[in-house]
Amino acid sequence: MAGPDKAASPKGLLGWIEERLPILAFTKAHTSEYYAPRNFNFWYYFGSLAMLVLVNQIVTGIWLTMNYKPSAAEAFHSIEYMMRDVDWGWLIRYMHSTGASLFFVVVYLHMFRGLMYGSYRKPRELLWVIGMFIYLVLMAEAFMGYVLPWGQMSGWGAQVIISLFGAIPWIGEGLVEFIRGDYLISDATLNRFFALHVIALPLVLLLLVVLHLGALHTVGSNNPDGVEIKQGPKGNRWSSEAPSDGIPFHPYYTVKDIVGVGFFLIIAAFIIFFEPTFGGLFLEKDNFVPYDPLVTPEHIVPVWYFTPYYAMLRLVPDKLLGVIVMFAAIAVLFLLPWLDRGKVRSWRYRGTAFKIALGLFALSFVWLGKIGGGPGTDAAETVIGRLLTVVYFGYFVFLWVYTHFGFERTKAVPERVTTHD
Amino acid sequence: MTKKLSRTSRIALFLAGLVVAAASHAAGGADNLLPANTQIGNKGMLQRGAAMYMNYCAGCHSAQYVRYSRLAEDLGLSEEQVMDNLVFQVDAKFGDTIVSGLSREDGIAFFGTAPPDLSLVARSRGPDWLFTYMRSFYRDPTAATGWNNTVFANSSMPHVLWELQGIQEPHYGEPVDGGDPPVEHLELIQAGLVTPGQYDASLRDLVSFLEYIGEPAALKRQALGVWVLLFLAIFTTLAWLLKREYWKDVH
Repeated sequence: MAGPDKAASPKGLLGWIEERLPILAFTKAHTSEYYAPRNFNFWYYFGSLAMLVLVNQIVTGIWLTMNYKPSAAEAFHSIEYMMRDVDWGWLIRYMHSTGASLFFVVVYLHMFRGLMYGSYRKPRELLWVIGMFIYLVLMAEAFMGYVLPWGQMSGWGAQVIISLFGAIPWIGEGLVEFIRGDYLISDATLNRFFALHVIALPLVLLLLVVLHLGALHTVGSNNPDGVEIKQGPKGNRWSSEAPSDGIPFHPYYTVKDIVGVGFFLIIAAFIIFFEPTFGGLFLEKDNFVPYDPLVTPEHIVPVWYFTPYYAMLRLVPDKLLGVIVMFAAIAVLFLLPWLDRGKVRSWRYRGTAFKIALGLFALSFVWLGKIGGGPGTDAAETVIGRLLTVVYFGYFVFLWVYTHFGFERTKAVPERVTTHD
Repeated sequence: MTKKLSRTSRIALFLAGLVVAAASHAAGGADNLLPANTQIGNKGMLQRGAAMYMNYCAGCHSAQYVRYSRLAEDLGLSEEQVMDNLVFQVDAKFGDTIVSGLSREDGIAFFGTAPPDLSLVARSRGPDWLFTYMRSFYRDPTAATGWNNTVFANSSMPHVLWELQGIQEPHYGEPVDGGDPPVEHLELIQAGLVTPGQYDASLRDLVSFLEYIGEPAALKRQALGVWVLLFLAIFTTLAWLLKREYWKDVH
């Protein structure tokens, strides 16, 4: 491989373009000359995997729209037509439905990585906030996508979620009608959700992803030690100005990420080809019945990735309060960079209480997810669920108190990443 | 390096375990259902199941997404075999889908509710539910059709397979909280044309067929999936070797 030689610019057509639009220089700056910390571990696969899934959703989505009919009369039929009569339609559809769930798996792990290693801390606050907006748009995107097959859970799920906006005082009812475009979930609702799902939200999502990457490449990646490599010694074998503990993203992390992609695709392919409904978690059983506004399903439960928040909503006895709690659970994550005043970033060097609190936080999220996916009739579960909701919010209160008043006993942070030469 | 690898593999194992646990948790649904033990890869079962469907079910239940031509292809039958033996629909063509002779209006008039389309019933109810449901009809003089069901109480469907299974009568237990006494078990009081073992086998054929029409792609996707996984295993191994080679510079 040729070393970086800035003087050598391409000739011919490529050179002509480069002079007018520096595509090559731009690509270089963000790949072979973007220096990432050398000590990334398992948790650092999920960013690139999220990109992979995003591309998968867009590409399979385009092919799905070629046969999908966004009308209440035809939507359900068109999906079954795809599953049976369109060549490879079943594969495209399962790639899209499995991809949706795996998107959330990957994003949740990606976010948890940020919590573990303090990746949201200064100077990466904006990076985290943009990421949170991505998560928010992703939830809206997934919700609207789930309505499109027009099965029982599509219609009734939409009914439940949209009616949440009705809890807002004064404007609630009007707002619900505005969102539905009708007095009930109908063809109008399906049509506008289709528009938002296939074009409006994906555009926003793509823009946010570009901003997310732009912010990342401006401040540089964090790492499992939470040490700033830009503040360490300079000079490595590729460049005299680059951080010593940085390695070029390409080829080192591109080849590494391909291995991660391989493992990820094995899991994804296993689901797509052998268990596409994932036991009713990825494709709910009731959604194989066409939407009928006159027949309410026994349990209306959103898809698994919304169930932690859905559990909180159900566990609060008052509707408006429940809605507030549910949205607050997401909103509070935005504030994380300013709530955490700790002296160190990575949990490797943080106080024991932080580790326990983070563990409890993760546990509360997963357990609430389990409760939210159930029928919600068990009295003991209601008590546990409320306790877990307190634990969820308690994490943020604890984190602020613990770090603001200086209760945290941290370990000594090394000068450089632990795996340096 | 080895230590790090083993940690990664432990995490991978843990995640794999989580996946399996979540799937099996989600799969275990309603109580007291008997395992249907369907085999959608068994063409003989699917052919017998198709025959049962056309003879006993299709009179009332459409399968609007299922084409006769696709059945022929997937079940290994010729157009003639299908048209002569499985199609009872008047004027049906080989490329048509299964539509029952019973109109929606008549269904509502006769049974109180239109018999549902069964294309996707195995996906919404599950094979075990269907298998247990078809075994659990009993005589109930108070019901409009004369039949009731322990899996789906007050179902408006009569026991269309009673000739095969025979007639079952319920044994009631103690009433709970002043309600109706629950059915504890069913007893066959009049033998059918076939033995209970043969009846179960026929139901397995039928439910296998229903599972197949729920997702005809299932036949193809599992066969293909093996090759996809094999390819990915090789691809990932090569990618890992490539990564190791490059990372010699770093370590």
